[in-house]
Amino acid sequence: MAGAIRIRNRKVMHQVHGMNTSLPKVAPKPQYDLARVRQDFPILSSKVRDQPLVYLDNAATTQKPQSMLDAVARYYSAENSNVHRGVHYLSVLATQRYEDARKTVARFLGAAPQELVFVRGVTEAINMIAQSFVRPRVGPGDEILISEMEHHSNIVPWQMIREQTGATLRVAPVNDRGELRMDAFTELLSERTRIVSVVHISNVTGTVNPVAEITRLAHEVGAHVLLDGAQAAAHTPVNVKELGCDFYVFSGHKTYGPTGIGAIYAPFALWEEMPPYHGGGDMIRLVTFERTTYNEPPYKFEAGTPNIAGAIGLAAALEYVEALGTLQVMRYEDELTSYLLDGLRSLPGIRIIGEAEQRAGAVSFVLDSIHPHDVGTLLDQEGIAVRTGHHCAQPLMKRFGVPATTRASIGLYNTAEEIDRLLDGLTKVQEFFGHE
Amino acid sequence: MNEALRDLYQEVIMDHSRKPRNFRIPEHTNRSAEGMNPLCGDHISVHLHLKEHHIDEIGFQGAGCAICTASASLMTETVRGLDEADVQILFDKFHDLVTGHSDPLEAAEQVGKLAVFAGVSEFPIRVKCATLAWHTLRAALAGREGAVSTE
Repeated sequence: MAGAIRIRNRKVMHQVHGMNTSLPKVAPKPQYDLARVRQDFPILSSKVRDQPLVYLDNAATTQKPQSMLDAVARYYSAENSNVHRGVHYLSVLATQRYEDARKTVARFLGAAPQELVFVRGVTEAINMIAQSFVRPRVGPGDEILISEMEHHSNIVPWQMIREQTGATLRVAPVNDRGELRMDAFTELLSERTRIVSVVHISNVTGTVNPVAEITRLAHEVGAHVLLDGAQAAAHTPVNVKELGCDFYVFSGHKTYGPTGIGAIYAPFALWEEMPPYHGGGDMIRLVTFERTTYNEPPYKFEAGTPNIAGAIGLAAALEYVEALGTLQVMRYEDELTSYLLDGLRSLPGIRIIGEAEQRAGAVSFVLDSIHPHDVGTLLDQEGIAVRTGHHCAQPLMKRFGVPATTRASIGLYNTAEEIDRLLDGLTKVQEFFGHE
Repeated sequence: MNEALRDLYQEVIMDHSRKPRNFRIPEHTNRSAEGMNPLCGDHISVHLHLKEHHIDEIGFQGAGCAICTASASLMTETVRGLDEADVQILFDKFHDLVTGHSDPLEAAEQVGKLAVFAGVSEFPIRVKCATLAWHTLRAALAGREGAVSTE
């Protein structure tokens, strides 16, 4: 009977994030060929400090598969040209590759290609939506609602809007487990709320927010919804139509793609009513000195020569994830996260920051009397890459009363052996500082 | 753990990070400043009493890593009784030491017990941890308003 229960629990865990209490302590294995996947990422076979690299800083940026690197190299070595202008062969080819990339990225989110605008990343995405969409719509008395667990990139653009328009910025608190307090969130929502901008998955605590419910509640009061998917895309299946959100944004370099590329989804009708963010070439239809008519979306929002290679690389990266199966990736990362959490909980003198019931693979913790920076330096000597610091979420650090944390964050190529090396490394850190 | 780490986390440094000296705000102060390292969230404040260009009392508060805390602790012990000009000379030598711009043996004679920080030069990313207290002290001496930052 116990076996049956365990199997059922594991099944449940496969469907939702983070049912991590019932897992037996066996090394998780993915449905895909992990050894082969690791070979697809050249950097993973490198050595750091004479030891095989253990890369657990995936929430900061992920490593890159060879197929993505090849796609970028192929573009520059055989297809390079500017897009949307030339009549010559290469220009037509480059345009086709760029627009194919848009189709792939849109499909990855469950959107249509004309609903997808390429940007540099989440930071630019949120700034664009704040300035182009929200700023003209708000003034004194209007409210912008974010959460206490936001990255600085989803705080500062709204503070700028507040200064520019006189609108009010409201912040929904998190509970001690690092979950959004939905009671407080609901209370803060009102007819005055113009936009709700929240993170899908926290980069600090790994908390998975109930974004479909948040969207539904926000729409009930007539507010628009922006979801920051930086830590979600490529870690969990995302379908923007099922979520019903107005904006979904993510960065390519956190989804196994290149830096300097990301995307915004918004329904076409919203793009149409939004004024452009940048003015310049490619976003126009007709320019005279008296008047300019704009191109249609998404081109209206992609002034200047875009990051063509970045878009092509991003599409190749997402195709790589799709080939493994985003759901398979999520299931494996969930199991590995449970394995990591179990291991961390077995250490003495540790506090895990954020114990949300629904969670993903960013795991923050602090060791008693040992500063995260010292932890990071010692782990680095073992060839282990983790993040230490405030993770661009200083208000959340304050909420938990810590100046900084150590964060291990999981990607689709990490192994249980790597988690074991991290746990061994942490034991060595505690021995070194005499806090066994 | 390897040799470089043993050099970085010398016994004296471990001792001062666990039991920081002068970890208080002295009763009479006429200079203070705050310093922070925005990259890691380390934050300390230095409080001192300056009498005829001499530091006759000094303490610090705040939270930081072992290197940062030990550096602040040892700094307060070292600079008490020095005049402003000597503090500047000592800081320059300390800075050369932790950035690897001086011969460790020579430097050891010049900076006294601060020589335990020689191992920092093998960890360039940690130089800011070792110098945060010093930057803050200099800001306090200069009477600069607002917080100093390592960035």
